[in-house]
Amino acid sequence: MTLRIGIDIGSTTVKVVVMDEDNKLLFRSYERHYSKARERACETLRSVEDMLKGKQVRLTITGSAGLGLAKAAGLDFVQEVYATAAAVNTYIPDADAVIELGGEDAKIIFFGGALEERMNGSCAGGTGAFIDQMATLMNVTVNELDDLSLKHEKIYPIASRCGVFAKSDVQPILNQGGRKEDVAASIFQAVVDQTIAGLTQGRELKGTIVFLGGPLHFLMGLRKRFIHTLHLDQDHAIFPEDGDCFAALGAALCASDYEAQPFDRLLTLLEESRDAVSVVDTMPPLFQNQEEYDAFIARHNASTPPKLDIHTYVGDAYLGIDAGSTTTKIALIAPDGGLLYTYYHSNQGNPVAVTLEQLKEIYRLCGNRIMIRGSAVTGYGEALIKNAFSCDLGLVETVAHYRAAAHFNPNVDFIIDIGGQDMKCFKVRNGAVDSIMLNEACSSGCGSFIETFAKALGYNIADFAQLGLFTQHPVSLGSRCTVFMNSSVKQAQKDGAGVEDISAGLSISIVKNAIYKVIRAVNADDLGKHIVVQGGTFYNDAVLRAFEQELGREVTRPAISGIMGAFGAALAARNLHLEKSALLTPEALEAFSHNAKPTTCKLCTNHCSLTVNSFEDGRRYISGNRCSRPLGKEKSSLPDLYRYKYQKLRSLAGKGLGDGSRGRVGLPFGLNMYENLPFWFELFTRLNFEVVLSPESTRKLYIKGQLTIPSDTVCYPAKLLHGHVEALVEAGVDAIFYPCMSYNFDEKSADNHYNCPVVAYYPELLAANVPNLKKTRFLNPYAGLHRPKDYERIGSQWFADTFGIPRKEAIAAIRAAYTAYNAYQEELRTVGAAYIEQARQDSLPILVLAGRPYHIDPEINHGINDLVSSFGFVVVSEDAVAYHQGYSPRKVLNQWTFQARMYNAAQYVCTQPDMQLIQLVSFGCGTDAITGDEVRSILEKGEKLYTQLKIDDISNLGAVTIRIRSLIAAIEERNHAS
Amino acid sequence: MAKLIYDKEGRLLFTKEMKEEYTILMPQMLPVHFGMFRQLLILEGYKVDMLTTNHRGIVDEGLKYVHNDTCYPALLVIGQLIDAIKNGGYDPHKVALFITQTGGGCRASNYIHLLRKALEKANLEFVPVISVNLSGLEKNPGWNLTISMLRKMIYAMMYGDLIINVANQVRPYELQAGDTDAMVERWEGQLIQSFQRGRGMNRKQMRELFDQIIADFAAIPVNQQEKIRVGVVGEIYVKFSPLGNNNLEEFLLAEGAEPVVPGLTDFMIFKIFNREVDVDIYGGLWLKKKACQFFKRYVEACQKDMIASLEKSRFRAPGTFEAMHQLVHGYLGDGNKMGEGWLLTGEMLELIHSGVPNIVCTQPFGCLPNHIVGKGMIRKLKDDYPNSNVVAIDYDPGATKINQENRIKLMLANAKQLAQQEAAESTQREKQLIGAGAH
Repeated sequence: MTLRIGIDIGSTTVKVVVMDEDNKLLFRSYERHYSKARERACETLRSVEDMLKGKQVRLTITGSAGLGLAKAAGLDFVQEVYATAAAVNTYIPDADAVIELGGEDAKIIFFGGALEERMNGSCAGGTGAFIDQMATLMNVTVNELDDLSLKHEKIYPIASRCGVFAKSDVQPILNQGGRKEDVAASIFQAVVDQTIAGLTQGRELKGTIVFLGGPLHFLMGLRKRFIHTLHLDQDHAIFPEDGDCFAALGAALCASDYEAQPFDRLLTLLEESRDAVSVVDTMPPLFQNQEEYDAFIARHNASTPPKLDIHTYVGDAYLGIDAGSTTTKIALIAPDGGLLYTYYHSNQGNPVAVTLEQLKEIYRLCGNRIMIRGSAVTGYGEALIKNAFSCDLGLVETVAHYRAAAHFNPNVDFIIDIGGQDMKCFKVRNGAVDSIMLNEACSSGCGSFIETFAKALGYNIADFAQLGLFTQHPVSLGSRCTVFMNSSVKQAQKDGAGVEDISAGLSISIVKNAIYKVIRAVNADDLGKHIVVQGGTFYNDAVLRAFEQELGREVTRPAISGIMGAFGAALAARNLHLEKSALLTPEALEAFSHNAKPTTCKLCTNHCSLTVNSFEDGRRYISGNRCSRPLGKEKSSLPDLYRYKYQKLRSLAGKGLGDGSRGRVGLPFGLNMYENLPFWFELFTRLNFEVVLSPESTRKLYIKGQLTIPSDTVCYPAKLLHGHVEALVEAGVDAIFYPCMSYNFDEKSADNHYNCPVVAYYPELLAANVPNLKKTRFLNPYAGLHRPKDYERIGSQWFADTFGIPRKEAIAAIRAAYTAYNAYQEELRTVGAAYIEQARQDSLPILVLAGRPYHIDPEINHGINDLVSSFGFVVVSEDAVAYHQGYSPRKVLNQWTFQARMYNAAQYVCTQPDMQLIQLVSFGCGTDAITGDEVRSILEKGEKLYTQLKIDDISNLGAVTIRIRSLIAAIEERNHAS
Repeated sequence: MAKLIYDKEGRLLFTKEMKEEYTILMPQMLPVHFGMFRQLLILEGYKVDMLTTNHRGIVDEGLKYVHNDTCYPALLVIGQLIDAIKNGGYDPHKVALFITQTGGGCRASNYIHLLRKALEKANLEFVPVISVNLSGLEKNPGWNLTISMLRKMIYAMMYGDLIINVANQVRPYELQAGDTDAMVERWEGQLIQSFQRGRGMNRKQMRELFDQIIADFAAIPVNQQEKIRVGVVGEIYVKFSPLGNNNLEEFLLAEGAEPVVPGLTDFMIFKIFNREVDVDIYGGLWLKKKACQFFKRYVEACQKDMIASLEKSRFRAPGTFEAMHQLVHGYLGDGNKMGEGWLLTGEMLELIHSGVPNIVCTQPFGCLPNHIVGKGMIRKLKDDYPNSNVVAIDYDPGATKINQENRIKLMLANAKQLAQQEAAESTQREKQLIGAGAH
C-alpha cells in the first residue's frame, strides 16, 4: 500500500496530510510557520515518522510559498487551486462553487458547466493577513475579533478592495467612538465584498457553495457574513470538517499521478534543500559598526527639550493632546517649553478612555502646585476629544507639527511625520505651511505595517527593528503599496534572506515609499536644508538611518519625535494666553461617562454613518457628518456649483418638448453622460422618445452591479455603471443608449480632444459582461460629436437604420441637440460667474473643485463639496473657469478634453488672488498620474497651493478634512504674512 | 561640440551636427526586430546603441524620476534610458534618446513628455529626445524618417515576425540546446548584409528569403514531444519585452510549454487601419482614407506572403489581419483603438481558433485600455468558448515574480487537464467510429 502525502505551504501556515489508498485521512496538521516553512514541514513529517519510515510514498507540495521550496528540493509541485478543485471533486462532488480564503490569497472555483478558477489579482491585498492586521489595529486577537463580530448591531461600509484602504476606513470609525463589535463585523463584511466583487467577475455564485481555508474554518463571524450576503441556507453552505487543509488533501490526491519514492529519501531532500540559498537583491548595510551607530545616536539625542520635575514644579502649565490614529500622545509643558509630563501609548481603539485615565493622572500629579491654563488637541480624534473633555482649542495636525518643529529648529523648511497609520510631510516657506503631502490611501503602510509584520514573524516591534541595524545585506523589497510588500517578503524568504535582512529591508522600503511615492522627491534639495523628522515611526533607528542614507543628508530627530503633535498643541494652547482652561475639572472627570452609538443619517443621499457620542451631563457630540444638518443646523447655503450642476442634470428626464410616442430610452447616468446628457436629452426628446435616467448613484446601486465588474482596479465611477444599466433594465425601458466616444467635444484648448480609454469604451465592456443587457436593446454606437457637420450625416443615418426615423427629422433634432448643449455650457458659465461675483461681494474665498464632470456625483465625491462649503468656501467646478484660458503649451501631451479643463482651470486660478484649487482624483485613474503632476506644477509656478484629494468607493473623510483644514491654515498663514 | 538649439516652444532639437557627434540610445522591445532596426539606422549614418540592460537599478531609476502610478512600461523605458546615460559609460553631453510616440488616447502617447520631465529632474535636460512616429509629430533637423527607411523597417519587421514565429516553434523541441538562437543570430546578420547590398526589400526577394529562412529553421533537429502551446497577448511592451514581463517566454519554456506570440505586423496594420476607420465613423478626408488603405494593403500583402510561405512548410502560419478583424465582430467595435484596442481581443480569438485556448494576457498594472479589451473580454470569451483558459497577469515594480508564476502555473495546470480531456474524448470518438464501422 502506498501512502500519499500532501503538503500545503501557504504564506503563513503549513498544512500536512497523509492519506491511504482509499482516500482515508490518516494524519493532518495545520500550523503557523512564522516564515520558517521548510523547518516546520520537516518537523511535522518527523513527528509522523513512525507511520512512514521505510515506506514507499507519493508526495506533492502545493501552496503559494511551496513553489520555491518544491523547486529547491526537487519535489513534485501542484498548483494549489488545482489541488483544491481535485479535493472538492473527490469529497463534495455536488458542489457548485468553492470559496477559499488563505493567508494572502482568495480563490473561487466554479464547477458545473465550464470549470473556472480564479485567484485574487496582485492588487486585492490579503485576506487572512488582512484580518490579522485589522485585529492588531483594534488591539484584539483574531479570535476576540471573531467573538466581537457576533455581537454587532450595524455594519459600516469599509473599502473592500485593498487592506490598506480598509485600514484607513476603520481608524476614523474607531477614533470617533464606533463600537468595536460593529467594526469587527464590518471588517468581515469587507472581506466578503472583496471576495465577491474581485473574483466572481460576472459569474453568479449560486447552488451549493463550499467554504475552505483557515479564516473560514476558524472564524464564525466571517462565515456568517458570507452566508448572509449570499443568501444561503444550511444545505447550501458547506464548511467541511477539514476545510482548513483541503489544498493539502488535494495535493495528496494529485500525488497519485507521480512516482512513489522512499519516504526517507523525500524527507532528506526536503531537509537538505536548506543549503540551496540563491542570490537575493541586497542593499548596503545601515551601519557598518557599533561606533557608527553610537555617533548617530549621540547626534540625534542632542535635540531635547529641558525636562522639569512635575513633582516639584510650581507654576503654570499647558496641555497638548494628540489623539492620533493608533496612539494617543500627551504633553504637559511649562511656559518655556520645558516638559513636565509626556505620554505615548496605543489608544487601544478607545482614545476617550485612554485620555480620561491620563487626565486624571495629570491632575493628581499637578495637585495644587500646577495650574493648567490652556489645553489644545490635535490629530484624528481631535473633535471627539475636544468635545469630550472641553479643550480650549482644536488644531489641525500639520499646524501642530510645524509649531513643534519650529520650536527646535526655527529655520525648519521641511517636516516629515510618519506615524502608525499616516504620513504627513510639508514644506515651510516664509514661515507658513506650504505644499502639504499626505500619503494616499494606497501607500499608507507606515509604522503599523512594520509592527504587524514583526508580530507575524514572532517579534515585538522594538526588537524587530533593532535586528536590522547591523545586517550586511538588507534585502531590497521595492517601494510600492505595503500589500505588495507582503509578497516581496515572501519572495525574499524563499530566496534565503534572514529576518535581519528583512527587518532592514522593511525600514528602507518605508523610507523609499515616503520619499518617492508621497513626497515624489528626486534628491535631498527637493525637500529642504533643514529637515525635521518626527512621528512614532522615526523612533525606529533603522528607519531614521535609512532616511538619512537615502537623502544623503543629516536630519533632526527631536528626542520627543513621537509626541511632537502633542507638544505643538501644548505650545498652541500656551499662545492662547487664557486666564483659565475650560478643560473638565477633576470633579467632572470623576463623573465622566461616555457612550457611543452608531446611526445612519437619513437627511440626504450621502447617508453618512454617524456616531452619536453622549456624555454624562447630557452633552452630545456627533461625528461622521459631512454637513451641519444632523447637528440640527441648516445645510450650508453658500453657492455651490457642484450642487447646481447636479440638480440641473438630474432634471433632464422625461418627455421634454416631445410626446414620448417613440418609446422609452434609458440613459445611464455616469461617465460621459455627465457631460453629454444635455445633448442626448434634447436629441431623444425632440425625436419623441421619453428619456429615462438611471437612478441617482448609491452604494446600493453599486452593489447591484458589482457582480459583473471584470477588472477590480478600474475607477469607481466606471464600476458604478454596472448598477446603472441594471437599474435601467429593471425599469423596463425599450432601449438603453450609451454611446462609445473615443473623442470628446473639441474645445480648442488642447493638442487633442480624446476621452480616456475607460470613458471611451466602457459601453462595450458592459455589453460583454452584464448578462441582463440581453433582456433589452443595448445601443452603444460610436458617436463623434466633435464633428457636428459629419455627425448630422452619420448620426441621422444611424437613427434611420436603428429606429427608422426620417433623416430630415433626425438632422433637425441633432442641430437642436447641439444648441441645447451649447446653452447648457453657457448657463454653467453664467451661473459660475454669478457665484464668483457673489462670493466677492461677501468676501468669501472661492474654491475650484477640479475633477471630471462625473465627479459631481455625490456617490463619487462623497459630499466633499458639502464639506468644503461648510468651511466657508464658495464652490465652483473646473468647467466654470477653464474657458477663461485659451490654448497654451503644457509639459505633457495635452490630449484629453476633461483633463485640459483642469490645466486651464489651474492656470486661471493662478491669476485670481481669492481662488484656490483642489484636484479630485479617482483611485485607479491612470490619466491622473499625468495630470496630477502637471496641475501641481502649474499651481506652484503661480504661487498657489496644490491639494489633491483621492477618492474611491469609500472615502476617508478624515484625511480629506485634514487636507482642507491644512489648506485653510496655510491660506491664513499666507494672508497673515502678507 | 554641437550647439543646443531649441524650437519656438522651447523643445530641444536634434540637429544635423548632433547626428555626426551623438550616440542615440534606443530601448529594446523585441530583440530581433529592434536589432535590425538599429542596423538600418547605422546604415543611414546614425550612431545607435540598443539597450539590453536588465537589472533592478532600471526600476529604481524609473521609480525615482517617473510618477509611480504611471504605466510600468514608461517607468522601465525611462528608467533604462536614464540608467544608461548615468552608468553606461556614455558622455551625457553626447547622447540623444529615441522614443516611439504612437499618438492616441492612451497614456502611452505621453511617454516622451514623461521622459523629458524625468531628464529635467535628473539634471539631464540637455539630452535631446527624438520622437519616432508616423504622425508627423515633433520634427528634428537631424532626424528624418524617410519613405525609403520606413520601407526597410517594414521589411525588417516582416523578417523579424517570421523569424520569431518559426524560432518559437522550434526552440521548445530542439535536440541541441542553443541551435535555434544560433540560427536567429545567423539570419539577423545575413539579412542586414542583404539590406546593405540593397537586397531583400522587395516582395519577390522577400518571398525567396522567407523560404530560405523557413527551410533553415525546419532543418534544426527536433524531438517529437507534444507540448502545450500557450499564447501571449497584451500591452505591446510587456507582451514582448523580457524586461517588462519578467522573462515570461523563458518561464513558459522552462515549464514545458511552447509560447505562441503573435507578431508586430498586425499591430502595425491595426494602427493604420484605425486612421481609415476614423474617417468612416466620424467623417474626414476621403484622400486620407485612401492613403491609409494604400499603405495598409501594402503591409497586408507582405503579411500574406509570409503566411503563404509558412503554409507551404511544416510550421503553423498565423491568420491574416482581415481574418482576425472578422473574429472580433460582436466583441468590440472598429472604433476601439486606444492602446492595443480591439486587436488584443482579436489576438486572443485568433489564438483560440487556431487551437491555442491557453493564453497569458499581460498588462501593466492599471493599464486603462486593458480594463476593456483584456480583462473586460475574458468573461465573454469564456461564455463563447468554454475551453478558453485565459489568465490576466499584471506587471508593475511591486508585483513579485512568485505571484505571477503561481497564477500562470494554475493556467498551465488547467491546460494540461484540458489537453488530457480532449485526448480522452477523441479516443472515445475514434472508438465509437470504429464501433460504428463494425456494425
